Amino acid sequence: MAQTPKSTTPLSPEQARKLLHQMILVRRFEEKAAEMYTKTKIRGFLHLYIGEEAVAVGVLQALRAEDNVLATYREHGHALVRGIDPGKIMAEMYGRLEGCSRGRGGSMHLFDSKTKFYGGNAIVAGHLAMAVGLALADKKMKRDQLTCCFFGEGAMAEGAFHEAMNLAALWQVPVLFVCENNLYAMGTALRYTHAQTNLELKGAAYGIASSSVDGMDLLAVMQAANMAAEAVRSTGQPHFLVCNTYRFRAHSMFDAELYREKSEVEEWKKRDPIPGFLNYLMQQQVLTDVEFKNIETQVEKEVQDAVDFAETCSWEPVEELTRYTYSERKS
Amino acid sequence: MLTYRECLKQAIQEALQGDERVFLLGEDVGRYGGAFAVSKNLLQEFGPERILDTPLSEAGFVGAGIGAALGGMRPIVEIMTVNFSLLALDQIANNAATLLHMSGGQFNVPLVIRMSAGIGKQLAAQHSHSWEPLFAHLPGLRILSAGTHQDARYMLAPALLDPDPVIIFEYTSLLNLEKELSEAADAVDISKASVRREGKDISLITYGTGVYKALEAAEELATAGIEAEVLDLRILRPLDDDTIMASVSKTNRALLVEDASRSVSISSEVSTRIMEKCFYELDAPVARLCGAEVPIPYPKHLEDAAVPQPAQIVSMVKKILQHD
Repeated sequence: MAQTPKSTTPLSPEQARKLLHQMILVRRFEEKAAEMYTKTKIRGFLHLYIGEEAVAVGVLQALRAEDNVLATYREHGHALVRGIDPGKIMAEMYGRLEGCSRGRGGSMHLFDSKTKFYGGNAIVAGHLAMAVGLALADKKMKRDQLTCCFFGEGAMAEGAFHEAMNLAALWQVPVLFVCENNLYAMGTALRYTHAQTNLELKGAAYGIASSSVDGMDLLAVMQAANMAAEAVRSTGQPHFLVCNTYRFRAHSMFDAELYREKSEVEEWKKRDPIPGFLNYLMQQQVLTDVEFKNIETQVEKEVQDAVDFAETCSWEPVEELTRYTYSERKS
Repeated sequence: MLTYRECLKQAIQEALQGDERVFLLGEDVGRYGGAFAVSKNLLQEFGPERILDTPLSEAGFVGAGIGAALGGMRPIVEIMTVNFSLLALDQIANNAATLLHMSGGQFNVPLVIRMSAGIGKQLAAQHSHSWEPLFAHLPGLRILSAGTHQDARYMLAPALLDPDPVIIFEYTSLLNLEKELSEAADAVDISKASVRREGKDISLITYGTGVYKALEAAEELATAGIEAEVLDLRILRPLDDDTIMASVSKTNRALLVEDASRSVSISSEVSTRIMEKCFYELDAPVARLCGAEVPIPYPKHLEDAAVPQPAQIVSMVKKILQHD
């Protein structure tokens, strides 16, 4: 349960550009989503990932294409980094037929079979046992792949978390459990929801190898995730990784943020993972100012393209309302 | 002659033999041999990879079953009894039932959940539930009820072929009952209700433990010259309207029988559909015999009084036909 030390392995310029691109894409995409929400293009719940980018980017780079991914309702970032087309994600949030879930799920239910992205799950901790089952199927079918399951620290107060951890340890299945500890279960702080706030102890209690990392530091998350994923792959057993992070924006678009001081948010913003990573790259001279500007320009275009695409997308015909309540094919 | 228990066991055995992707998981299914001895010796026959004992974690192992189904396996999840099923209701209602539609058709869940249900063993309120209507309320699920030995033996195979989640209700009170299986009926169509006895005077529409009760009542009614048709709904979601309406259109009278309590029951739904679809075929109002609206009590006489009995079916039919 050691705090993972910062990576000393230098990044290649190509790797550096890709990671920074992902970080900025998530940030700008979320900002655009908030804007489209205020313009009423997006409705329902909208949970932004701003501030937590290093977790999704740092963990998902440790995965392979054949691995399974399950995420929460704050999952736009994970979907983008996993490689789902930004246009299809935006279209989904618009509720359009061309969205990655046919417009049926919206912001909280992004699904994509091609990238093995199993949601977008909006009942807190409801997807953890499914992750165990997916890994169990892989084990039974002798497929060399892992299942990565993201959830917040709020989920760890649910009974479903404890059942899933016990089953994963008991059955020795390859699940990488990633807790995104952003310190607030909606609006209730960690100290009011957990008697034991040293969260990785809860993984250890089930006999699961557990570690924690500074979730605001991309390089640290990468190293911790690489080690954790490698451990899961080599042992076939679960690992529990706690990423300590912070949500800069409100819980959802309905949240007046009465439960925390503005000064606390400002304090955390000093640890913003994007400038932090950018400064590191500049210091290490693996990225030039021109390259950074290029990434910004490219991301701006990608995000605008996503909106433009969503604007052209169609509504599912009402006649198809009940389609896929049951399968159209035999298994 | 086979017991209902043996029918269930043979069905599971056959499924395990026929498809490597099938495995059974649940509480006490292995070393204990099944809480009701349904899976006795299956662990010895198939090994611990195929017969998986779980901890007391209904949400956990039902969720794992959903995940395993998504991952290409064909799990049979046994929830020991329906009484514990609400601990897994979130998994069933929010995951199994929604994933296909919510993912726009991308992720189907070929999962079978079996659970024993019903009353009659003096187990008192918390262990005597008839919650078929509760699960039948949920779109995305296929809800089956094995009211006969034939279905106990042959319903599992088509359920496992279904690409979507199927819940099979089995009945503890029938476990030791012995019946002859007819050889012809080894293929069960799980999209169709089944006429268990033909008749022309009234349709007794039922499911689960109501089937043998209705057949017993029909036998007695026959001695009084009344030919009751017994319709076993068998599939509670989606309901097989065609078979229901064909029967009612033939007999022009319907008595609906079930153990579940009367309000917001399967009978409420069937009655409404009869009114909607063949009101003008009716010669009498649709009648119902349902469970009493109480938590099921422990003493035998009160337990019996809480659900319909064959004698009540007989007298109700006679009343409807104005034979009294």
